[in-house]
Amino acid sequence: MPAAAGAAFVVVPLLALGLRVDWSRFGELLGSPSSLAALTLSLQTSAVATLACLVLGVPMALVLARRRFPGRQVVRSLALLPLVLPPVVGGIALLYTFGRRGLLGQTLDVLGVPVAFTSVAVVLAQTFVALPFLVVSLEGTLRSVGQRYEAVAATLGAPPSTVLCRVTLPLVLPGLLSGAVLSFARALGEFGATITFAGSLQGVTRTLPLEIYLRQVDDPDAAMALSLVLVAVAIGITVATARLGERAHR
Amino acid sequence: MTLACAATLAARGFDIDLEVGEGERVAVLGQNGSGKSTLLGVLAGTLRPDAGRASLDGRVLFDLGPGRRLWLPPHRRGIALLAQDPLLFPHLTVLDNVAFAPRVGGAPRADARARAERWLEEVEVLPLAGRRPHELSGGEAQRVALARALAAEPALLLLDEPMAAVDVAVAPMLRRVLRRVLAGRTTMIVTHDLLDALLLSDRLVVMEEGRVAESGPTEETLRHPRAGFTARLAGLNLIRGTRDGGGVVGRDGVRIDGTTGDAPALRDGDPAAAAFAPAEVSIYLSPPTGSPRNHLPVTITEVEPHGELVRVRGDDHHGHSIAADVTPVSVAELDLYPGRDVTFVVKAATVTIYPA
Repeated sequence: MPAAAGAAFVVVPLLALGLRVDWSRFGELLGSPSSLAALTLSLQTSAVATLACLVLGVPMALVLARRRFPGRQVVRSLALLPLVLPPVVGGIALLYTFGRRGLLGQTLDVLGVPVAFTSVAVVLAQTFVALPFLVVSLEGTLRSVGQRYEAVAATLGAPPSTVLCRVTLPLVLPGLLSGAVLSFARALGEFGATITFAGSLQGVTRTLPLEIYLRQVDDPDAAMALSLVLVAVAIGITVATARLGERAHR
Repeated sequence: MTLACAATLAARGFDIDLEVGEGERVAVLGQNGSGKSTLLGVLAGTLRPDAGRASLDGRVLFDLGPGRRLWLPPHRRGIALLAQDPLLFPHLTVLDNVAFAPRVGGAPRADARARAERWLEEVEVLPLAGRRPHELSGGEAQRVALARALAAEPALLLLDEPMAAVDVAVAPMLRRVLRRVLAGRTTMIVTHDLLDALLLSDRLVVMEEGRVAESGPTEETLRHPRAGFTARLAGLNLIRGTRDGGGVVGRDGVRIDGTTGDAPALRDGDPAAAAFAPAEVSIYLSPPTGSPRNHLPVTITEVEPHGELVRVRGDDHHGHSIAADVTPVSVAELDLYPGRDVTFVVKAATVTIYPA
């Protein structure tokens, strides 16, 4: 019974959303210039943020899973902090780092690279909150795969870089992909850090979640239609990661 | 000398010094924890000794000690390792698994694959070239792993109980393949199996407590074992001590009479060992009289089926565990059970005495 109640708790609100959507105006609501701008911006920034997560997260996961060094637990906890940190707080932290008056922001401003309230800020906020998903997922896969295949490859004459490219990364590919997909999903849904750090300029920093929040006030039907788009994406991602998980267990 | 290795690792009580000649096949035997795995790890480069030096074909593998810190990483040693578990790369086909080492060595793809095919043919699994590792049986996978190790053309091939994880039914096949491809190849094989040692090695190295307890030509060593473990493995009872008249006096005065056969003459007081087969031992409830026989009072510790016979193990209270093979009928008639005090009797004519 509690399990059924739990499932209902998750499913019923989604049904409620689906039932309230004005299907006759669905296409029109999604097709409005501001909706399209938000959707395009969200997809673009989330894609770039996912790439950034891969570039930063793969080395992090490798170091955390394979190297032994003092303070590794502390480093891991810090790396995973954005998972538990309220996104608004993350946004404020980013603002005082990359903002015009921030720690690095002033230097960046002088160099002619303003960050705050640009699309770059959106990507930074999304990367900040999404990075731990990739690191956690990949580190877990690296640990479960173990180092025995890597040891065999070394006795066959493969230097460490070759082992990484030809053995380690192909072996953890399912974990890498599911981590990337999760990061993309988290980036797509990012709200708190974005609105704090990047603001809400249409076409520049107003991503889909921000658009939904603003429309909820003046045009709830549009907000619901856009929400449904995110629900569809979320379901698609859940199915995709489940498939990847199955493949990894074969 | 192809391989010369001396190494110590205090944390594991490991202290070894051994050499392997060009094309020599060495079997390493020993109980669990005797240091066999440590030896393989040190040679393969996955385990770093505290101090020592090893060279293979004139190349120094490591040279560690005060002021010496040379350590060649595993991929630059030219030593391949075949473990219990085949560990085929699951994301590659059988052919690409075997082509891995040639590819890493810089061979063009077509060339590497041609070499891989040759090795697959050598271990009789060429028809499986296109399969994925998860589509292979345990015996097939192990043969592919063997081909993969051989394709690296290692200067030294290490085998870590290569039959342990393989089905009993396919072990003879794998053993036959190993016997053929290992001939004349510098090899070190760790095994628990006497048959493997006999068929796959020229020389036996027996390890006890991190040290080499015994080393010598395989057949000779198994016939005249000096270490207790070797004797148990060879299925022989062994009592070590010193020569005294027509027999051997062991620890705490246990005396065994026997024959020296064609062994070199032994003087009284020389270290000697007495070996006899369990089948030569008979069991009496009270000490019998007559004929030159050895009487060994023991307490039965174990009664286990052993083929058509029953193996009865007895403790002589002087540190020897002695085995006797008797028929199930006599076990029933004599009412043998663990804990019962009996006398093991063995004719002096069936006991071999040799220098230890």
